[in-house]
Amino acid sequence: MSIELTHEEILRYSRHLLIPEVGLEGQEKLKASSVLVIGTGGLGSPVALYLAAAGIGRIGLVDYDVVDASNLQRQVIHGTARVGTLKVESARERMLDLNPDIQVDTYNEPFTSENAMRIAAEYDVLVDGTDNFPTRYLTNDVCVFLGKPNVYGSIFRFDGQASVFYAREGPCYRCLFPEPPPPGLVPSCAEGGVLGVLPGTIGTIQATEAVKLLLGIGSPLIGQLLLYNALDMEFEFVKLKKNPNCRVCGPNPDITEPIDYEQFCGVPGHDGDEGSAGADWDITAPELAKRLKHDHLKLLDVREPHELAISNLPGEVNIPLGTLAARLSELDSAEEMVVFCKAGTRSTRALELLVSAGFKKVKNLKGGINAWARDVDPNLPVY
Amino acid sequence: MPVLKIPTPLRYYTEGQAEVSIEGADVGAAMRDLVRQHPALEQHLYNGSGELRAFVNLFLGEHNIKDLQGMETPLQAEDTLRLIPSIAGGHRR
Repeated sequence: MSIELTHEEILRYSRHLLIPEVGLEGQEKLKASSVLVIGTGGLGSPVALYLAAAGIGRIGLVDYDVVDASNLQRQVIHGTARVGTLKVESARERMLDLNPDIQVDTYNEPFTSENAMRIAAEYDVLVDGTDNFPTRYLTNDVCVFLGKPNVYGSIFRFDGQASVFYAREGPCYRCLFPEPPPPGLVPSCAEGGVLGVLPGTIGTIQATEAVKLLLGIGSPLIGQLLLYNALDMEFEFVKLKKNPNCRVCGPNPDITEPIDYEQFCGVPGHDGDEGSAGADWDITAPELAKRLKHDHLKLLDVREPHELAISNLPGEVNIPLGTLAARLSELDSAEEMVVFCKAGTRSTRALELLVSAGFKKVKNLKGGINAWARDVDPNLPVY
Repeated sequence: MPVLKIPTPLRYYTEGQAEVSIEGADVGAAMRDLVRQHPALEQHLYNGSGELRAFVNLFLGEHNIKDLQGMETPLQAEDTLRLIPSIAGGHRR
C-alpha cells in the first residue's frame, strides 16, 4: 500500500488534513500504521468503526464469537441481518463499507498464550476490548513483552474505566491489578447488565487514545486511569504509578513469557461449561420439571428482584446472591432445594456458599431459568 | 466524616449504597469501620491474613494509598476515599 494519499483519500480525510496536529503528514502516518483490536463486542465496535473511518492503514480483529441478538443493544458495528454470523466477518464488512481503502485482517480464533505474541507482533498498538480477565492479563503481558502500548477499557452497568498501559513509559495493567479478583466476586455484564451506550463512550475514548499514540500528539492516558460514571455523568482521573514489584514490567520480572492465564485467573477465558456447577451438583431443566410433578422442592432464585419481572418460576423464593450469606437462617438445610439464576453462573456461586455452610440437599439448575424457558416452558422469554 | 465511594460491582454488598461515611483517623481504621457497617464486604476485600486483596485499590483523592502511607495514611473529615476494583466487562464469567 502506497503511503502517499490519493486524491480520493485527500477528499475523504479533508477534515483531518485541516487540523494542524494531523495534516497531510499525520494522515500518512495513520495510513502507514496498524492497530490490533482484541474483541469486536461492545468496546470493539466503536473502536473498529472509528479507527476504520480515521484511515488506520491496517486493522486486525480478534474474536471467535458469532453475533447474537442480545449483542445488538450495544455492539453497533453488527446488524440484525448479521445475527448468527462470525463477528470478525460482520465487523470487517461494515468497516470496509465505511472505508474501502484500509486493510482489515481477521483472526477468527481465541486470543491465547499460543498465538498472542505472533499476532500482536504485527501491529503498532493493541486495543483491549475483551470481556474477561484471562484475556486482559494476556493482552497486558504481551504488550509488555513486545514493548507496545495497550489501550485499555472496561465497563460494568454505568461505570467505565480507560487508560493506556505502556510499560516503556509508565505502569502496566498488572502494576494496578497484580491479581484478578476471586472468581464470582465481580459480576459479568451478562449477570449485572450494562448500559448500551456505555461501551460507546469508553470505546470512543480508546479509539481517541490509539489515534493520538499513532500520531504522537497530545497527552495520552499513560499513568492515569479515567473513571467514568454515566449515571452521575462524572469523569474522574486517578494517578497510576509503576509498581517496582510488578511481575512483568518491574526491574526483576518473573513472568517473561505468556503463562496459563485461565489458571492464573481461576476462570475460563473462553467458552467453558457455563452455567454448570459440575455433574454431581447440576439438575437440568427437563429433569427438574419431572421431579416437580411428584416431589416438593424449594426453588431458590438468587437473581436481583427486578429480574423477576422478566421471568420467574411458580412458588420460588427470591434471595439475591449478594444478600444470601446474611440470610442463610431463612433457609432449612433439611429441605431439598434447587438454586437458580439467569444462566447458572450466580447460582453456582450460591451453591458453593450453601455447601460451605453445611447444606447438602442442594442442586444447581443448569443453564438457569433461561434453560427452563428454552427446554420446558417456551412461554417464558430468554434474556 | 470521610466518605468512601463504592464502585457499582461492590454495591451488592452495601445494600446498593454508592457512598458510605466511615469513621477513622487513618485509612486502616476507616476500612475497619466500613467492614463493621457492611460485614458482607469483608471476605471480598480482605484475604485470610487480614490484608487488603491485591485486586482492590484504594485511592485518596487522585493518589493510590500505596503511594502514600498505605493503611496508615491519615484521613481528614472532608476526605473522599475511593475503591477501584478490576472490572472485566463482557458476557463471560
